[in-house]
Amino acid sequence: MTVRNPSSVTRPRSDTERILDQSFLWLTRLLAYAIAAVLLAIAFQVLVQSLPAIQRFGVGFIFSQDWDPVKESYGALPMIYGTLVSALIALLLAVPIGVGIAVFLSENFLPLQVRTVLVFLVELLAAIPSVVYGLWGIFVLIPILRGFGVWLFENFGWFPLFSTQPSGPGMLPAGVILTIMILPIITAISRDSLASLPPELRQASIGLGATRWETIIRVLIPAAFSGIVGAVMLALGRAMGETMAVTMLIGNANTVNVSLLAPGNTIASLLANQFAEASGLQVAALMYAGLILFVLTFIVNIFAELVILKVKKF
Amino acid sequence: MALTSPEISPPVIDSLERKNSFRSLFDIVMTVVVAVFLAIALVPLIAVIAYVIIQGGSRISLDLFTQLPPPPMVDGGGFANAIVGTLIMVGLAALISVPIGILIAIYLSEFSPPSVARAIRFATNVLNGVPSIIVGVFAYGLIVLTFKTFSALAGGIALSVLMLPIVIRTSDEALQIVPPDVRWASVGLGASDYQTVLRVVVPAALPAIVTGVTLAVARASGETAPLIFTALFTQFWPQGLLEPTPSLAVLVYNFAGVPFKNQQELAWAASLLLVLLVLITSVIARFATRRKIY
Repeated sequence: MTVRNPSSVTRPRSDTERILDQSFLWLTRLLAYAIAAVLLAIAFQVLVQSLPAIQRFGVGFIFSQDWDPVKESYGALPMIYGTLVSALIALLLAVPIGVGIAVFLSENFLPLQVRTVLVFLVELLAAIPSVVYGLWGIFVLIPILRGFGVWLFENFGWFPLFSTQPSGPGMLPAGVILTIMILPIITAISRDSLASLPPELRQASIGLGATRWETIIRVLIPAAFSGIVGAVMLALGRAMGETMAVTMLIGNANTVNVSLLAPGNTIASLLANQFAEASGLQVAALMYAGLILFVLTFIVNIFAELVILKVKKF
Repeated sequence: MALTSPEISPPVIDSLERKNSFRSLFDIVMTVVVAVFLAIALVPLIAVIAYVIIQGGSRISLDLFTQLPPPPMVDGGGFANAIVGTLIMVGLAALISVPIGILIAIYLSEFSPPSVARAIRFATNVLNGVPSIIVGVFAYGLIVLTFKTFSALAGGIALSVLMLPIVIRTSDEALQIVPPDVRWASVGLGASDYQTVLRVVVPAALPAIVTGVTLAVARASGETAPLIFTALFTQFWPQGLLEPTPSLAVLVYNFAGVPFKNQQELAWAASLLLVLLVLITSVIARFATRRKIY
């Protein structure tokens, strides 16, 4: 058998090969930079479309309670209030539960196989479509919470938060459904940051005579604190932007009402409800509300990602 | 008793013991509390799945897949048009986001300097956090206002923006797991960069990439917010890419709020399909990726 001409093996690459190689590299590079362009395009699109409303209403849009397509007078205070309050209710409920579950599933309370299954089940909560949570909420959660709401109203009606007769849909069911939806995010990221702590921390604390829970509360949670903060911020961003389930449960009333049993509205729900039938200045006003939501979630998300990035470095 | 040091008198030992018993009691209480928290979290999961199966399962029949949604007060019917519409829009979204997403992941894991990769991964995460309704607003401004009509195109583009970060992240992770030796061997044999990537690295990472894409497709099928004012809904068959297009997710939303029993049942049946889709793909993805960890 003859050896093939060695020069055919070692020949330099042909021009076509070089060009192909370079253009492939440039194609991937260009597309990668396009990701940033997509983010900018979203911001730009929403900003440009909302300009008529920004010129007409200015900053007063944020403080006005009017939403009247007939008079063409628009203000987003009730929706901004509803967005923040529903997200806050969700955080108040989901943070202790989520961090508690993260501790439970990162420590060795249960055998590893059982924990793996439970971790997967909690993750599945995030996989169920939002609109299905909404449907379930209408037919199951609202009837359950109505009984609870009536009890709250009858016994604690003097307290402003429970001062209205529950009508079914409202801030409370929306907050509860949001709690369910953001739980997996808080659990997953808190669990990651707890699990990535060096084992020496735990050993040292136990060695000094601390009990398991003293170790968890005094050593592990403080050490994983920034990761947990990142998880909470990310969950806050999700809660503020969540649309379908909230739209179906919050009652869509464009008023500010302190009572949690009263219906309210969020920016996302407002968009979901009115966009398809809107025209003229109403589209611009909706875009303006969307811009506020975009900026809010953008800031929260950037902060969350920065915190999580910092945690990952260690 | 001679060993007992004189400083520690019996009452002190008593209080120490009491303190210790309090400490262990606290441990038990906290353990029970977090176990209850876990149970609280799993109740809605089980309740949602059970309700969807019970309410939707009773309505499952062949008609669902062949007939159009009925008007109010009329019995029977199905949501064949919504299934077709969902397939069209999710297919369109996958057609856009899968190749682009994989190419971006290739740049991130194979070609980019670390600082650039970090910045682009950051942007990808931020894009992932943009509320889906805002992505809908974006598609509305970009496509609906340009073509002056609600369309499958607008819906598909909105979904592709939502799928893109998921595809990038999972493909990126899949490519990074491929050991560097494989690349060295390929380059050592004289392969050029694109040959190494397309013929060696991507095939090695393919199972994990496919898993990621499947998950992204399943998630996109259930997305409603970006479709309600881009694709809208119709009671009829989809007419084309530039026409209003029905989808399962929007059908659930529309029929959830009506007082007609038949339409409510259709909403539950459509929910069952969507939930089954994400459950099955999630479980398969779980097993597929676990087998990959050696």
